Amino acid sequence: MSYSLQSFLIVSSLLFCLGMFTVLTRRNAIGVLMGIELILNGAGLNFVAFSRFLQPSQTASLLSGQIFTLFIIAIAAAEVAVALAIVLVLYSQMKTIDVEDFKELRG
Amino acid sequence: MKEIVLNVFILLTVIPCLWVALSSNIVHAAFSLLVTFFGVAGLYVLLGADFIGVIQVIVYIGGILVLIIFGVMMTQRGKLLSLSVQLPGKLFAGLLCGIILTALIMAASRSLWPVAVSLVNPEPTSAAIGDLLLGKYLAAFEVVSVLLLVALVGAVLIVRRSVRGE
Repeated sequence: MSYSLQSFLIVSSLLFCLGMFTVLTRRNAIGVLMGIELILNGAGLNFVAFSRFLQPSQTASLLSGQIFTLFIIAIAAAEVAVALAIVLVLYSQMKTIDVEDFKELRG
Repeated sequence: MKEIVLNVFILLTVIPCLWVALSSNIVHAAFSLLVTFFGVAGLYVLLGADFIGVIQVIVYIGGILVLIIFGVMMTQRGKLLSLSVQLPGKLFAGLLCGIILTALIMAASRSLWPVAVSLVNPEPTSAAIGDLLLGKYLAAFEVVSVLLLVALVGAVLIVRRSVRGE
């Protein structure tokens, strides 16, 4: 692929869709978490590609897209810490991390 | 030359990513995720975002991936948990993702993006990002730092409570 905006957009769409497929098909809670990381990576790649290739407007600086990616990475770190804590607690109480077994809250 | 490097990093990103989605072994998926993150870091550097590339390696590979592998190893004593949904569900998910992927790729390639006429050569970004974080985006930066603190303390609290058996 050539060095253009479209190649990067296609790669990030692939990351997003494969991440979504992982989230939809895995029953292992940690596998679902991996899919979410793929989705967030796709979004971050999109932001950086746009900030590199698009014509910057008068008000926004050239680096705004990179700042967004930085915040996405920080929030992904927070999310994975909390999610893993929940998974570990569920495992210690129910002895499984199969997401289809967690139906205590089902009405 | 640039195109070759770009294609190497694209392959390095997409092929392990397929393995993450399709592998039945969760440990293999975790290690493929490592290669994917590395490929994305390379793409960031090719886009002139050197600081984000380094942060990607430090936070994703050094932090998040270690946590995920730790979680994988903590939660499977004896047997490997290669759980995944049955075939009809998989086909449906594949169809849905395929449709969305086609739509996204069509939108990306057909739209008329306001692309800059001439690309400026990338410069080192660390200083400029630091200026922006402590100037224009100070409020968001502070909120994110409080969010990180709360999330980490909360994670410790959740696990601690269950260890005590309350």
